[in-house]
Amino acid sequence: MYRYDRYDQAIVDARVEEFRDQVQRRLAGDLTEDQFKPLRLKNGLYLQLHAYMLRVAIPYGTLDSRQMRMLGHIARTYDRGYGHFTTRQNIQYNWIKLADAPDILADLATVEMHAIQTSGNCIRNISSDQYAGAAADEVDDPRPWAELLRQWSSFHPEFSYLPRKFKIAVIASDQDRAAMRLHDIGIQIVRNAEGRLGARVFVGGGMGRTPMVAPEIRDFVGAEDLLSYVEACLRVYNRHGRRDNIYKARIKILVHELGADEYRRQVEEEFRHVKTLGIDPPAAELERIAAFFAPPPFQAGLADTVDRSDPDFAVWLDQNVAAHRMPGYAIATISLKPVGGIPGDASADQIDLMADLAERYSFDELRVTHAQNIVLPHVRKADLYPLWQALREAGLAEANLDLISDIIACPGLDYCSLANARSIPIAQKIATRFADPARQRALGELKLKISGCINACGHHHAGHIGILGVDRKGTENYQLLLGGSGAEDASLGRITGPGFDEDGIVDAVERVTDRYLSLRADGERFLDTYRRVGFDPFKEAIYG
Amino acid sequence: MNLLTGNDLATGDVLWWDGSGWSRHVEDAADVGDHGEAIAAAEEGARRVNAPYLVAAVATPDGPRPAHIKDRIRALGPTVRPDLTIKPADPAAGSWVI
Amino acid sequence: MAELPPADGAQDMLRFRPDEPLEEPAVTLDAFLGQSNATAVRIEPGDDARALLPHLERIRLIEISFPSFRDGRGYSAARILREHGYLGELRAEGDVLVDQLHFLRRCGFDSFAPATPIDRAAAERALARYAHVYQPAADGRVPVWQLRHG
Repeated sequence: MYRYDRYDQAIVDARVEEFRDQVQRRLAGDLTEDQFKPLRLKNGLYLQLHAYMLRVAIPYGTLDSRQMRMLGHIARTYDRGYGHFTTRQNIQYNWIKLADAPDILADLATVEMHAIQTSGNCIRNISSDQYAGAAADEVDDPRPWAELLRQWSSFHPEFSYLPRKFKIAVIASDQDRAAMRLHDIGIQIVRNAEGRLGARVFVGGGMGRTPMVAPEIRDFVGAEDLLSYVEACLRVYNRHGRRDNIYKARIKILVHELGADEYRRQVEEEFRHVKTLGIDPPAAELERIAAFFAPPPFQAGLADTVDRSDPDFAVWLDQNVAAHRMPGYAIATISLKPVGGIPGDASADQIDLMADLAERYSFDELRVTHAQNIVLPHVRKADLYPLWQALREAGLAEANLDLISDIIACPGLDYCSLANARSIPIAQKIATRFADPARQRALGELKLKISGCINACGHHHAGHIGILGVDRKGTENYQLLLGGSGAEDASLGRITGPGFDEDGIVDAVERVTDRYLSLRADGERFLDTYRRVGFDPFKEAIYG
Repeated sequence: MNLLTGNDLATGDVLWWDGSGWSRHVEDAADVGDHGEAIAAAEEGARRVNAPYLVAAVATPDGPRPAHIKDRIRALGPTVRPDLTIKPADPAAGSWVI
Repeated sequence: MAELPPADGAQDMLRFRPDEPLEEPAVTLDAFLGQSNATAVRIEPGDDARALLPHLERIRLIEISFPSFRDGRGYSAARILREHGYLGELRAEGDVLVDQLHFLRRCGFDSFAPATPIDRAAAERALARYAHVYQPAADGRVPVWQLRHG
């Protein structure tokens, strides 16, 4: 994985000192909250319902054990013993003191980490495929491209006061494991007819109040043009994105209002100009970065079979372990969704354990997924059993990857000052209702996503089943959506009808799953059945 | 009644105006009536509070109870982590919120 | 880079140019385009800076207004003007805080008229903070990738 050189380190260290200065000025009263807010947001520091919250960047969801241990250290030393992994592959701490924030950033900088641009109206963490470097279906590891974009976007002088936040995802396979089409810019690395690698660029996806799937804007941008091209995309947005209404300020609204053709035309015109400026690095820079992502020293000739004689292990093996491109290896997902637990949360002890396991079993590498789980990408098949045993002891062996209890949930009204309703208790109730592992496996792949408000941090629009918490005359109410998908078959969920209270929504979900079971044809996931039979049979099941 | 809430600038602790100063406990919160904005401005200007705002509440025998569930969660802490709330040992605290 | 003029404390004008400030007041974009002799023009956030491109040679001062520091359109306007060869004074006016100076300079601004005066020492610290930059911009600073590969 990428290692800072002295320039990267100097930049992060300078940022720490800049923020230390800004905090000192804030505490001394030289900066008002209004002046300080955009500055602290650019360092990931929110003021939330209970305290300051700090969002630490985990670039494209990749980190090593040393960095993971630092995340545990921060949870233990500066917070209340836990952290929350987010739908953008970052980690959040809920109980931070402003006075400690500069020291936290200084600690992070010692392990090449930061909280730069994890909030604010700027370019945010570049996300990617959690199976990068391990999946058989990628044309290239997407992460060097993501790292190139990360450096380009960091402290970008022109794009630090955009109309709104800006999120970029990079994948390199036809299968979309990163919800790429639902980003402001989504990039798929592809090979063109000549076999050259480049970017297929989608612009204008997003969730929130007006969800949209990003249209393709360019089918191929060569590596030598990529930064100029995204620069042009951003400049058109910075100049013409709406600034009159925060609910209309994302680039998806601009692309929609101009139309994709006109947006593309403006980008091409800007790109022709930007290309004359020489902002694209030489090929040697992408090569330099890519060298950090060379495959680990895989052993050849390893056994490709696994001893399944422990039935509990076999269940976990079948559900949470995916095929690796190297024989003898596997990709293991650690579920942070224990039934009845808080989705995406991990205690400092669990974080430390996962660091140890990565170091021991996964060439010292972990990934954070946008579904709020942790991946060990390179595990020898022979090590899966001892890995699972260690996870089970720590409550990290829930065998529910992509099952109904593998719920994506935002922090919701329990933590977030933007929320209208609590989301975590709903996740807990649903998971508990469906706790029976055999029942979950019988239901199969069912991606359920819960947001506590229209900002959609829980990605509810992209849930096979989505739930949106709303405030209905001062009471929490929950809307049900069906048929969303964040994969390459991207689609937006459809609201079923009137909402439910916190118990009614669990019953409604169960009526939906019962109807699915009664209608499904062989091998159909819930999403497939829904797309085949349509909305009406489910609406009828829910409301009678 | 109207309560005034905010955060401690340095620590981020949730605070409630008690009539003469700031308390971490909503039971101490005072009804600011129509004077909330003036108090907020003065206190924020003096840096005794950060980001203050008004919250509607009803008086009860146990003290003020914020009218909206969001503000009750703010007063107590996350409903899903009773151990992290301001009343970790009180089993009835959760039902006060809901 | 020209040094800040010798003065201490809060400044309501910071200039990084060796020439004298223009005495002529800046006219609006509409007025400028309708007038053949103006040499100073003021751009609002919603104006298209590209309208000035045919006239750059005769302009001595372009003032770009920042009614709110959150509105970042002026950063693009500035870079566009510099990218097309504008060499005159490029001034950021209005809601400009010391925390924006670094990015504003990088986008090509060489003078600042902040609505709230900025302390000179704080400005110097802010501008010296980052020894390295990741991307080329209008200030001619060498990006890190160029230092890496020559």
